[in-house]
Amino acid sequence: MIYKVSRWLGLTIFSLLIIIPTAIVVLGTFKTDLEIYDSPMALPLNWTLDNYRRLLDDGEILTNFKNSIFVTSLSVLITLILASMVSFAIARMMNVTGKVLFVLFSLGLAIPGQVNIIPIYLLFNDLGLTNTYHGLIAVNVVATLPISVFILTSFFKEIPNEMYEVASIDGATHFKVYRSIALPLSKPALGATSIFLFVICWNDLLFPLLLITESAKKTLPLALLDYRGEYATSFSMIFTAVLVASIPMVIMYLAMQKSFVAGLTAGAVKG
Amino acid sequence: MSLPALSLYVFLFLVPVLNNLRYALTKWDGIEEPVFVGLDNFKKLATDDDLATKVLGNNIEFMFWVVIFQTGFALLFATYLVRNTRTTLFFRTLFFFPTILSSVSVAMIWLFLYDPNYGAINTTFKKIGLDSFALNWLGSEDSALYAIIFVQVWFHTGQMMVIYIAGLQQIPAELYEAANVDGASRWQQFKSVTWPMALPTSAVVVAYTTIQSFRAFDLVYATTQGGPNNETSILTTMIFQTAFNEFRFGYAASQSIIMVIMIFLITGLQKRILRTRY
Repeated sequence: MIYKVSRWLGLTIFSLLIIIPTAIVVLGTFKTDLEIYDSPMALPLNWTLDNYRRLLDDGEILTNFKNSIFVTSLSVLITLILASMVSFAIARMMNVTGKVLFVLFSLGLAIPGQVNIIPIYLLFNDLGLTNTYHGLIAVNVVATLPISVFILTSFFKEIPNEMYEVASIDGATHFKVYRSIALPLSKPALGATSIFLFVICWNDLLFPLLLITESAKKTLPLALLDYRGEYATSFSMIFTAVLVASIPMVIMYLAMQKSFVAGLTAGAVKG
Repeated sequence: MSLPALSLYVFLFLVPVLNNLRYALTKWDGIEEPVFVGLDNFKKLATDDDLATKVLGNNIEFMFWVVIFQTGFALLFATYLVRNTRTTLFFRTLFFFPTILSSVSVAMIWLFLYDPNYGAINTTFKKIGLDSFALNWLGSEDSALYAIIFVQVWFHTGQMMVIYIAGLQQIPAELYEAANVDGASRWQQFKSVTWPMALPTSAVVVAYTTIQSFRAFDLVYATTQGGPNNETSILTTMIFQTAFNEFRFGYAASQSIIMVIMIFLITGLQKRILRTRY
């Protein structure tokens, strides 16, 4: 009895803690500021799209949106390609080189990338890579390589050796085995990893903040900070920007819940 | 086949790590030539930097409460939602939802809720006549750190809950049946079956939460930037400030090294504690 009551009480309270803020944001995008401050949880008196219109008109949100999509998809794609190649090599090489490689990349798991913000910034300044997409993408790739290598290596190791050997007997090169055996077999692992990487890159603030200062090149999280400054206490505008920035993730989450949860927890468990 | 990844990784991770060590031994504004000062930066950090001491304390306090509450609530909700039914799936989906948002979005939402004048929390308190509860949540030195701790826990409990659920579902049902036969209460079942069997999962959750709390830069930067009066400053925000607001790159590098050492010490300690427990 006590268990049942506490269970429902606990679940209800945490549900409300998530539903209420979400509702305030979603409803707020259709309201005026005054309405948000006065009765944040009420339905809008007059549903209006003015906030969206204003955001599209005077902001650069579409540009930021495109930047985020470009940077995130390329970062994820390149990380997946590079990480899967290394992981394949590590999983297939039972010798010293494989172990050394694995230890090297594990080092990146133990030392968070944030430690490197100063040398990275100075290096990128020297090379003229600040305010470039390829610079930001390269940093994203390096930041997510260790965890990806970790997840994919453990997956490649689970593929039975016979699968690889059959191909090797046929005279296939390492790369051929990787491409025609390892990659097709590891689609689920690649899928989970890509979702994990997508969420990290899409939501990251630190590296864009460090490397991007031109407003036309900013990604969404960085641009959101600007909107906060620009619209000060106009929370209707801020909410609208937050909603626009979160929509791709929310849609992906609702459409592929299982892979999302699997991907985001694989990162934690294997790490 | 490992060459492309390895070269990028060496160039943008391992070399910077070594450069960081080099910079830490210098006094450098990032423009003129760096001046070698030996271990002076570390001496100053250890003996003559009240701010760094305060920030380290903040970071440890932040980590401590986040680990306690996030792990506790994650385990609690996992035991509530361990079975696969329509209802539990609904709650799991809902609780996991904040995890997919960006720290900046989460910060914006809570900046509104916590807003002293317009925020939903304070207007609600005022409406029901509890004016004294209407605090300046993020603006006052007494509450700011705890307000951010609350947000961090709200943000990531769902993710940790899902990890726990996966762990709890591995526990053999016979153990619970045996406990039932013995007439064990729910609390006794939890104490003698769930808790010990979930210890390996707890080790993962605690380790991940710890690292996460050292990485909370985005959330802190987007809500308070470390204010008021550095009350919410954590190591990463302090390093960022030292380097990019004060242009003391050498000193900031030495702070980063202290952070790495802290992370190694704390995660090492946790591993020891959790290993001796089972």
